[in-house]
Amino acid sequence: MNRVLLARLIDLVIVLFGVSIIVFLMIRMIPGDAVAIMLGANTEITPERMAELNRRVGLDRPIVEQYLLWAGSALRGDFGTSLWTGRPVSTEILLHLWPTLELTFLALLVGAVLAVPVGCLMAQTRGGAADVAMRVSAIAGLTIPSFWLGIVLILLLSAWAPGFASLGYVPFSEDPVGNLQRMMLPAFALALPILANLSRLVRSAMLDALGQDYVRTARAKGLPERRVVYKHALRNALIPFLTSVGIMTGYLLGGAIVVEQVFAIPGLGRLILGAIAERNYPLIQATILVVTAGFVFVNFLVDFLYIVVDPRVRA
Amino acid sequence: MKQLAKNKLLAFAVVLVAIQLILALGAPLFAPYDPMAQSVARRLRPPSWLNWFGTDQLGRDVLTRILYGYRTSLIACLIAVGIALFAGGALGLIAAYYRGWLDRIIMRVMDVLFAFPVMLLAIGIIAVLGPHTYSAAAAIAVVYTPIFARLLRGPALVLCESEYVAGAKAIGASDARIIFLHILPNLASVILVQTSLLLSAAILVEASLSFLGLGTQPPTPSLGLMLSEGRNFLMLSPWSAIFAGFAILFLSFGFNLLGDALRDTLDPRLRGQS
Repeated sequence: MNRVLLARLIDLVIVLFGVSIIVFLMIRMIPGDAVAIMLGANTEITPERMAELNRRVGLDRPIVEQYLLWAGSALRGDFGTSLWTGRPVSTEILLHLWPTLELTFLALLVGAVLAVPVGCLMAQTRGGAADVAMRVSAIAGLTIPSFWLGIVLILLLSAWAPGFASLGYVPFSEDPVGNLQRMMLPAFALALPILANLSRLVRSAMLDALGQDYVRTARAKGLPERRVVYKHALRNALIPFLTSVGIMTGYLLGGAIVVEQVFAIPGLGRLILGAIAERNYPLIQATILVVTAGFVFVNFLVDFLYIVVDPRVRA
Repeated sequence: MKQLAKNKLLAFAVVLVAIQLILALGAPLFAPYDPMAQSVARRLRPPSWLNWFGTDQLGRDVLTRILYGYRTSLIACLIAVGIALFAGGALGLIAAYYRGWLDRIIMRVMDVLFAFPVMLLAIGIIAVLGPHTYSAAAAIAVVYTPIFARLLRGPALVLCESEYVAGAKAIGASDARIIFLHILPNLASVILVQTSLLLSAAILVEASLSFLGLGTQPPTPSLGLMLSEGRNFLMLSPWSAIFAGFAILFLSFGFNLLGDALRDTLDPRLRGQS
């Protein structure tokens, strides 16, 4: 078990290193002089000002040194100051992180919790017209654009319950009911593709598990069918489910950025889109780095859980 | 009986995709109006005989703009997925065929690209290139390259171990000949299925990027853009947003169903299973 874990840890470090290099190089691939762009249209661009900013950003040093300086301070949580607000970039990210994390978490919860019974149901009613209908609706769920679903939900709600506040964001600590009320629709819109994907996965894993010897043994022992399905088959079917949940977080984080825009939630989506509009490159860089690192860690944790849950991987 | 039902599903998917392809590529032939023609007097109209899907905030015909939007989305996604297939496929095959350190380096780089959440990497690439339809296509191409590389490397590894590849090597066939004539044709079904599924996903990514203002720029007709523009007039006239959303859904749905049905038909091991 320790050896498997060690190998995964080494993978983790290599991937994080690669991610940091790509994010670091991104800003240097911008056509034209990034420094001139950063100075913006408001100030007159003089050679002295350029040199000043070059020195401040560290662009006058060799590229390897630049990377080491940048990565070193990033590891300490220092991403520099936002070019426009003058606040530290880390503060900006923290301010916008919670709404996105909450939305991602709620959507994952809704999707994953509903996927298990839906998938089991799909597995048990297999064959015939019901099977085709379920498959087609699962694909439809998978391909509904979540931002459009959000817009349609807002429209429907405004027609049926005009008083229901569905837009904007209030922190959970200030108004828990208002927070969950506003998060309900975006979380559902974001969760639907996940639900479709995961329930299909549970279905095929369940069909797989139901055909195994240990299920036949359980049936032969005379256990009730419900116990066979939910205790013996489901437990084994959930192992591939776990890995998918990790990969889904990446999709959810990206989807949340889009859905946030529909529901006027001040999350990372607003931050990064604002940063692109103002060409605030350090902020874009830091946001991408932090979110990707978070995603990589989540997948590492899932792998770790996988090792704990599935005794076969340990060997 | 079951096999027949599956082929019916495949036939349905093929028809659905074909209709949309014809509509998209023949947009100038089918569209009732000029996609750019504005009419201040006929703004935000609901569907009628004159404008089947209504008009948008500038009085442009929504149906016309959806047909042209199909074209923009489809062309961008076909280019993007095509490049990803070519680059990712080549990398995956090279990695599988030559193994060793080349394999390790290629797949490590692919792992790193794969580690980014799709939308985030796409947004980062667009931040560098500037918002444009082709930036969105380039972003999608980069994001999907590691997926194709991973998908093709696995089955290619198995094929490289096969006896006929060993035989081809023994009679002195060149590496290129073995890769193109002996390995690639055997991967055709995997490629077909995955290209269709990834096209379905790419359509959603392109629409999302355009919706965020990072893809196709106005006044070019784009499905994602129509949604974000229509959003500002939802309470006055939701038609352009609603129909543009349905268009994205149908397009993505068609390709996904096609990929799914193809997988069932082409993979004999899956027959009677999922």
